Amino acid sequence: MTSVAADERIAGAGWPRRLLIRPELGSVVGAVTVFAFFSSQSAVFRSADGVANWLDPASTLGIMAVAIALLMIGGEFDLSAGVLTGTTGLVMVTLATKYGWNVWAAMLAGLVLALAIGFANGLLVVRTKLPSFIVTLGTFLMLQGLNLGVTKALTGTVQVSGLRRAEGYEGARALLAGSVTVGGVDIRVAIFWWLGVTALATWVLMRSRAGNWIFAVGGDEQAARAVGVPAARTKIALFMTTATAAWLVGSIMALRFTSVQANSGIGQEFIYIIAAVIGGCLLTGGYGSAIGASIGAVIFGMADKGIVFAGWDADWFKFFLGAMLLLATLANRLVRRYAEEVRR
Amino acid sequence: MTPPLLEARDVGKVFGSVIALRGVSMLVRQGEVTCVLGDNGAGKSTLIKILAGVHVQDSGEYLLDGTPVRLGGPREALDRGIATVYQDLAMIPLMSVWRNFFLGSEPVTGPLRRFDVARAKRVAREELRAMGIDIRDVDQPVGTLSGGERQSVAIARAVYFGARVLILDEPTSALGVRQAGVVLRYVARARDRGLGVVFITHNPHHAFPVGDRFLLLNRGTSLGQFDKADITRDELTSLMAGGAELDQLAHELGREIPAGSAPEDTDGPPVSGVP
Repeated sequence: MTSVAADERIAGAGWPRRLLIRPELGSVVGAVTVFAFFSSQSAVFRSADGVANWLDPASTLGIMAVAIALLMIGGEFDLSAGVLTGTTGLVMVTLATKYGWNVWAAMLAGLVLALAIGFANGLLVVRTKLPSFIVTLGTFLMLQGLNLGVTKALTGTVQVSGLRRAEGYEGARALLAGSVTVGGVDIRVAIFWWLGVTALATWVLMRSRAGNWIFAVGGDEQAARAVGVPAARTKIALFMTTATAAWLVGSIMALRFTSVQANSGIGQEFIYIIAAVIGGCLLTGGYGSAIGASIGAVIFGMADKGIVFAGWDADWFKFFLGAMLLLATLANRLVRRYAEEVRR
Repeated sequence: MTPPLLEARDVGKVFGSVIALRGVSMLVRQGEVTCVLGDNGAGKSTLIKILAGVHVQDSGEYLLDGTPVRLGGPREALDRGIATVYQDLAMIPLMSVWRNFFLGSEPVTGPLRRFDVARAKRVAREELRAMGIDIRDVDQPVGTLSGGERQSVAIARAVYFGARVLILDEPTSALGVRQAGVVLRYVARARDRGLGVVFITHNPHHAFPVGDRFLLLNRGTSLGQFDKADITRDELTSLMAGGAELDQLAHELGREIPAGSAPEDTDGPPVSGVP
């Protein structure tokens, strides 16, 4: 790769160690284990149809987990991301059904709103220097109240529906919420969006200046600022990225179900964070991976559907999540400590 | 004679009712090291923050190449070739050496303005080697380097990015004797490459071997700026500790220090003191 001769002492740092210090390692091991487990329980689970089935919940979760992973690497949290998927969906369906907007225009309005909320979150965090946990907890509760209050005031119920009749619905649905048949298997297009988002996020992190700045502001914001990294701009952009992902997922969901519940997305914010942590993100920032977060989402998708395929009570899902989170965090910590020690 | 790279004339700074710095003058010439010495609270930090563009002085003049300037911030200082390496802010521990090396000034390539990773790794490796810094692997996280290595990488980075003046904030204070010696060697190497170096320390044993000029600060005021020819290490140490105070202390502790008893270990290693 390079013309300069490598230091002779690097010879000791062979591929096993290089593999071990990847942040994704814990999630890969977890995903293989979970896949092996449910495959042994259910033949459907490991069939192509089965895979397409559990990749579907992984896709929407994965889009969010990747965005949250970037934000967490940048040293911040966003608790409002889950409820924002509901907000953008509600705005889109309301504009398209109550006010007769074209679906594309309604989606665009949702995007503008999401970007504004992301910008507000980011600006509040960098200006006040409050923990983003508190700031976005505030936005989370405010949006939750707005979603319910406005929906009730406009419709008298707690949901908006009827998107199917709106102009432009078919095209938007085909692009975001349709499915394509590949080799006799129906695959949701959301899965391709998810793969695209993961690839883009990985490229930004590993191969762009912005990626270097994201690691830096999460690792040590003061030090980053001292060498000229635009820390405030980087953080605000990260919050806007999360909001954009929430808009994408909110739109996918709204187009798929043609209706949105006023409480939709609530409770998801922690699942995104869990997927990112399983994928190797440190809670303290500065370290993590977009691919890892995506694999974390796959583990969720497999557990979510696998429990059903195996014929168990779905109540076990939450227990499984908790156990997975603890195990992954412990594994990540052990691996990282080992890797850093042998490198000394 | 060419004007000094950087010069402060009667600089002062007030924070509310606290006079942090009053009437301090100093200068740095190309290829020379100016050491700023002082005990805790002497005003060293305030002075370098003014030089680094973090603060603007309330009185006096700040000149670059003989021209008075008012810096708008650290970025402007950097753009004018004044690089500051802070003791604890130098590097981001979880990031690799090459990512740290180019942080904030990443080389880009292609229409997508891609971060040129191959070039970044190659240049980082070459530059570290050119400074004689022996890093096993530029991919390793900076957190796995020793304190001296981190300071050295930060110095190499500043040199590579065209710094003309290098401000080092207590680079040796947290280090052991050997590590401090390593850092001092890179300070000398940066000087030999034609940079002006401002070296802040509270250890005269670190300052004396490498310094060409010594500014002594005490309680926010200058005790004077001395050329190396005009001062000995003992005088420096004694001034630094507040001569009379030290004598008083020696008296209290029950033994006289005979004048000039400290060994003149000119043949010894360049670093003889531990902070």
